[in-house]
Amino acid sequence: MNNALRNPKGIYTIGNRLVDQKERTIQSSTDRCNALNCGHRACQGCGEALGARCVVDAAMRATNGQLIVVNATGCLEVFSTPYPETAWQTAWVHSLFGNAPAVATGVAAAMKIKGRGEVRTLAQGGDGSTTDIGFGCLSGMFERNDDVLYVCYDNQAYMNTGVQRSSATPPAARTATTPTMGHEPGNVFGTGKNLPLLAMAHQIPYVATATVSDIQDLEAKVTKAMSMRGARYLHVLVPCPLGWGSLPRHTITLARLAVQCGLYPLFEAENGEVTGSTKIRQHVPVENYLQLQKRFAHLFKNGKAVDERLARMQAMADANIRRFNLLGVEEN
Amino acid sequence: MKPFATVLEVGSSLSNRTGSWRTERPVYVHRLPPCNNACPAGENIQEWLSLVEQEKYEDAWREIVKNNPFPAIMGRVCYHPCENACNRVVLESPVGINSVEQFLGDKAIKEGWAFDKPAKASGKKVLVIGSGPAGLSAAYQLARAGHKVTIKEMLDKTGGMLRFGIPQYRLPRDVLDAEIKRILDLGVELQLNTKESDLAATMEKGGFDAVFLSAGAHIAKLASFPTSDNARVLDAVSVLRDMEGKTKPSLGKRVVVYGGGNTALDVARTAKRLGAETVTIVYRRNREKMPAHAFEVDEALQENIVIKYLSTIKDYQKTTLTLETMALDEKGWPQPTGKTETMEADCVVLALGQDSDLSFLDKVSGLKIANGVLEVDAQMMSGHPGLFAGGDMVPSSRTATVGIGHGKKAARHIDLWLFKQEAPAEVKNEIAGSDRLNTWYYAEAQRTERKMTDGAKRAGTFDEVQSGLSQDEALSEARRCLSCGNCFECDNCYGVCPDNAIKKLGAGKGFEINLDYCKGCALCATECPCGSIDMVPEEN
Repeated sequence: MNNALRNPKGIYTIGNRLVDQKERTIQSSTDRCNALNCGHRACQGCGEALGARCVVDAAMRATNGQLIVVNATGCLEVFSTPYPETAWQTAWVHSLFGNAPAVATGVAAAMKIKGRGEVRTLAQGGDGSTTDIGFGCLSGMFERNDDVLYVCYDNQAYMNTGVQRSSATPPAARTATTPTMGHEPGNVFGTGKNLPLLAMAHQIPYVATATVSDIQDLEAKVTKAMSMRGARYLHVLVPCPLGWGSLPRHTITLARLAVQCGLYPLFEAENGEVTGSTKIRQHVPVENYLQLQKRFAHLFKNGKAVDERLARMQAMADANIRRFNLLGVEEN
Repeated sequence: MKPFATVLEVGSSLSNRTGSWRTERPVYVHRLPPCNNACPAGENIQEWLSLVEQEKYEDAWREIVKNNPFPAIMGRVCYHPCENACNRVVLESPVGINSVEQFLGDKAIKEGWAFDKPAKASGKKVLVIGSGPAGLSAAYQLARAGHKVTIKEMLDKTGGMLRFGIPQYRLPRDVLDAEIKRILDLGVELQLNTKESDLAATMEKGGFDAVFLSAGAHIAKLASFPTSDNARVLDAVSVLRDMEGKTKPSLGKRVVVYGGGNTALDVARTAKRLGAETVTIVYRRNREKMPAHAFEVDEALQENIVIKYLSTIKDYQKTTLTLETMALDEKGWPQPTGKTETMEADCVVLALGQDSDLSFLDKVSGLKIANGVLEVDAQMMSGHPGLFAGGDMVPSSRTATVGIGHGKKAARHIDLWLFKQEAPAEVKNEIAGSDRLNTWYYAEAQRTERKMTDGAKRAGTFDEVQSGLSQDEALSEARRCLSCGNCFECDNCYGVCPDNAIKKLGAGKGFEINLDYCKGCALCATECPCGSIDMVPEEN
């Protein structure tokens, strides 16, 4: 039996009319809760809006709707909830930029004390609130193994306030605070933090990375995380047309290329150990990914690579491929 | 006036109609799949493949027979221009459309599926001349439309070139008979051994409201080279026709076939099966210029048939054949070189093409005959009102699938003509090109080929050389279809919309854009695997 018969038409599409309803994705179902509803004010083609709906819909499904969402300040909060509106169709709390993990810890503790252990807690924020402003609270939440799934939607800068650099901004990227000036324009090499690896260093039960180009994978990871207790961390790459200088229609293409070039590895880890990675299906050079983004435009001239720093970017991708066995055979 | 903030709906975002940001809107479109476009019989291939994918085999067969009543026959003998057009080549190889068609045709025979009963009787009578693929196709479509059809066939059996041109190792006769019987079962009257010799007189007598001519082309073209009286020169049309009679033709041990078309290969392979020790095809040009299909040449070579390219017959005395070597000029035409060689042959079979016998039309007024074929207009009507024609006797590429298409088209126009109606304007969608596919979403899946009996083994018998696909294989082959240009409900658009602005309407109903909230980001169109969403600029 060949592949197409075993996995009828479109194994890589979001839905599939030929497979059993139970096996289709949540996003393909008309029963998805649409946690983030129409009318939100995210830009055209916003990766974060898409990622957040997928994550929260999956968590709602996994908890049978018994979910409280704690949101840090950032794009996601601003575009979804201008007073007195809200696009959220779930219990939702917002406090400050830096304290979402601490608020979530409190929510989880309160539910436990009230004997409502079935009500689960999900905290979420952008890369600014996660890797910079709220990192102290997050590290504490990890260290105490509080029963929270924390989700970071990483668009690699402070997009809401005008595209300033964060500690998740990749090297060479242009932001408002890393301009394309000097002999090495854009963000400096050798800076920033890798939050999934930092989360793993806390030995928490579950750490995973995901992105909006592979919604099956994203949903599976949220579902798995919600089947566990304790501190869990999910890092979701969400392309940002505004901050990356990309076409709104390229949001998913870019997420896919980030994975396929190796710069953004998809993997899972339990208790500090990597347990598996999603293999690259169509390996591409980093140029394919970078070239579609104006924030890297200074690395190219007339479509040709002109900056030797591209080789350093490629080396980062190659290191990920080795470290997470991204070109190897599927373990299971 | 109330302050701004309290105008907004509390606890919802729905009063914020983000659709007003849009400059382009997504629109679901239907494009013409390249396979459908390439099919001379006009089958909706994508549609029936989709029904196979859903394991609705009978529905799939009923979809095919809307346009072609011979899936089991054409699943074997069609040269499948659909597969040559298939966009799946950008992934690995075309979908095996022809083999799935054969599977459905064979299944229909096995399960005894019958055609739908004809529409209410129209009271009109149509005469069809000839029972080849074009004539039977027209008879079938006319009968389904409720007309009374009479077929006049010159020979003692139906099928025309399907029977008297295509050897049974490619088309078993029980398959041919089963699919023809199904047409006759619709109430079509068949008159065998009835040669129409004077159509004007027949029409004068009346009794028919319209006529469809499909007399074919069965007069073998001859070559002129000196022969002795005791040299045996036969023609391919007669040899293949005699194969259907009680006594099989005797060709001898050393057979030479002259010509390079599909008929030359058919007669050469038949000679091998009749017991010839050596069969040699003599052809004036080279393999690239050979009109026969490449796969047929390969199959003949596997059966140890020898092809002498760049050779022409100069002379044939008793059993000695003299060949002259040819060379191609800059235009690709063969020119004599003066170099000759001889070989022994018990008979020479000419396979140099066929002409139509149009003498029965002599007294019919208004006809235009050019290059030995009858001219017809875009509605398949000749210069004589009510007299339609198709198949090999009109200008065409002379294949069964073209004939089936002619028959269908003529039947439609006969129907309109009988009731003095204008043909509705044809709307043809734009072709779904492979540039519109997002191939990321399709899994790699290798094509399943039909199994072919080993060359030496198959050359010893008239058994069918190729066996059909199993149901599992046909299913997996159909599921390789990319559904170019037409939504197959993969839910990608519904899943990737960041604005939850796509409504899923349920199985078979597709999707609808909620323009109140769609911001026009085009993610749906970009991530649509099959290119069935267009982005259209908003006015103002």
